[in-house]
Amino acid sequence: MKTEFRVYTGIGIFILVMLLVYFFWSGDGGNSILLFATVGLGLLPGAYLGWWSRRMEPRPEDREVVEPGGVADQLGAFPTHSIWPFVLGVGVFLTALAFVFGIWTAVVGLSFCFSAALWGTLSSRRGGLI
Amino acid sequence: MAVIDDTVTEHVVPHHAEEPSGFYRWLTSTDHKVIGKNYLYTSLAFFFIAGLMAVLIRTQLFSPNNHFVSPQTYNELFTIHGSMMLYLFAGPFAFGGVANYIIPLQIGAPDMAFPRLNSLSYWLFLTGGITMLLGFLTASGAAAFGWVAYAPLSEATNSPGAGPDLWIVSVALVGFSGIFTAVNLVTTIMYLRAPGLTMFRMPIFTWNMLVTGILILISFPVLTAALILLYADRHFGTHIFTVAGGGVPVLWQNLFWFFGHPEVYILALPYFGMVTEVIPVFSRKPVFGYKGLVFATLAIAGLSTGVWAHHMFTTGTVLLPFFSALSLLIAVPTGIKIYTWVATMWKGSLDFKTPLTFSIGFIVAFTMGGITGVMLAAPPIDFYTHDTYFVVAHFHQVLFGSAVLAGFAGLYYWYPKLTGRMYREGLGKLHFWLIFIGFNVTFLPQYVVGLRGMPRRIAEYAASDGFTFLNRVSTVGAYITAIGFLVFIWNMWISWRRPIPAGDNPWDGHTLEWGTSSPPPSHNFHSLPPIRSQRPVWDANHPEHADYLRPPEPSRFSSRRDEAVVDR
Repeated sequence: MKTEFRVYTGIGIFILVMLLVYFFWSGDGGNSILLFATVGLGLLPGAYLGWWSRRMEPRPEDREVVEPGGVADQLGAFPTHSIWPFVLGVGVFLTALAFVFGIWTAVVGLSFCFSAALWGTLSSRRGGLI
Repeated sequence: MAVIDDTVTEHVVPHHAEEPSGFYRWLTSTDHKVIGKNYLYTSLAFFFIAGLMAVLIRTQLFSPNNHFVSPQTYNELFTIHGSMMLYLFAGPFAFGGVANYIIPLQIGAPDMAFPRLNSLSYWLFLTGGITMLLGFLTASGAAAFGWVAYAPLSEATNSPGAGPDLWIVSVALVGFSGIFTAVNLVTTIMYLRAPGLTMFRMPIFTWNMLVTGILILISFPVLTAALILLYADRHFGTHIFTVAGGGVPVLWQNLFWFFGHPEVYILALPYFGMVTEVIPVFSRKPVFGYKGLVFATLAIAGLSTGVWAHHMFTTGTVLLPFFSALSLLIAVPTGIKIYTWVATMWKGSLDFKTPLTFSIGFIVAFTMGGITGVMLAAPPIDFYTHDTYFVVAHFHQVLFGSAVLAGFAGLYYWYPKLTGRMYREGLGKLHFWLIFIGFNVTFLPQYVVGLRGMPRRIAEYAASDGFTFLNRVSTVGAYITAIGFLVFIWNMWISWRRPIPAGDNPWDGHTLEWGTSSPPPSHNFHSLPPIRSQRPVWDANHPEHADYLRPPEPSRFSSRRDEAVVDR
């Protein structure tokens, strides 16, 4: 996890340096805010990953040498099919069309969205019905 | 299953319910392979629709004062052509299609980290694409303000009607789809790698997709925010981008290009990754300068967030030396990549199959496009050529080179893995030569006609302008390219109707996706080879030449020649 930490933090620091040069050279506050937010996008996950990487043993995928068979049964449950992403996608599509064709498509679309949110959540509780 | 060392790491097949089949499977599957294929088919369909629009555009420009299509239709065609190619093909083909299918296989994972989110991404992408095309059915026609939607042209006064609104909604939907896919890719690569697959053993394609995912998360939300502001201007009476109400039109350009320039690398990095997978396999060598490639990718990512205003030199509102210097700097990591691709092939045992041929074509095209990009990064040249066909030729060489030449290199390379079938090699080569010749005949004259002063986005020109001959050559090139894609469709059709079994590992591939069956089973692997280097499947199949037995990396690549295996 240390490498992941370095990737994020490195990008954050690089853009921080760029931000400082840009801001003091141009005096442009508007675009500097965009760069400032981007620094956060690098440093926030970087800090999270760095915090954890110091407090946990290297994961199997971080180790150079792994004993065969020593990491079995680490994988969780993965769904193979679910209708709810499709229902949610159609719901979002119809809701988005309301911005063009009027509120009536959102009435239908939001009903799809709520159904998908409800049944999608219920169908995935305890990692069971997936 | 490929030949695998008997000390495999047992990979527990995760619990899952019985899978449906047929149409219901297509509709409901959360398997990354099914979703990846859906993305591939859909993005290729959008590519062919947008390509047809390109043929119509070129037909209009074949003759001076031509009236093949009206100026309004012409504007709609180039807007939707560009929008579809960039938002609906080049990006989704790479990170929704190829990466979705290949990344879990390359890192030994059973699926993407969030399978249902993955499925939702696809449906948002499909519906977003349909929304964009719906614009042609409205009374006002489709959006006609270019794929960049510059304000104030994109404001309600200058672009009234439902078509532009549909464009805004469409790009927002596709943007959300891209953000969800990026979250999935980054999480999958960081948390679902197989034991022993450290970050610096990941295939370069996986590395590039990780960085692409981070770039998407940086840039796509900015575009979505800008689209909401534009919609507010059009319908809620705000004046964010209109001078009349105290707004600033150039703000749109800043917001758009803060997305738009990282987007260029979001569209390029995955394709860099694809050719970096193809070249070592068909050169029978490990990739040269692995860490250099990784750091070059990271450098490109960092620099690409600081060069957005090089698209705005002529506005007179940007800090020219800063943006020019950073833009020129990008040439350094990009040059490192080109160098490492050539060095990987250098003294290798080259096998000129279709994927390698496409990869070499990509290097040629991308280098030409890259060099003209360096020229455009210099403000004096940009002032002279801005909004001319010189710029059109430049970005088509870069993007066609990446998304089409490198993209099809990847598609031919992984086609046996996706389908278990082999394409026809002769037709693959014919496809390459037709589009490589057609593409250069199309775009090289555009550099010249641009330097002579032909502006982009004009529906007509006069005979006295002196643009006629070069435009005719360019149009003929577009037709040749189109014929090349008919050959590709024929190749796929033949492969489907008269399949030739490919076997699990027809290229003697290096990375984990070649260590499972073709196509892979439901959750990808029943067992994995031990991962002790960057090329676990190569190690398992060639224990006498295994990478982990080699001494530390030599400093001069010329000493690698001994490693090229010629007894194929």
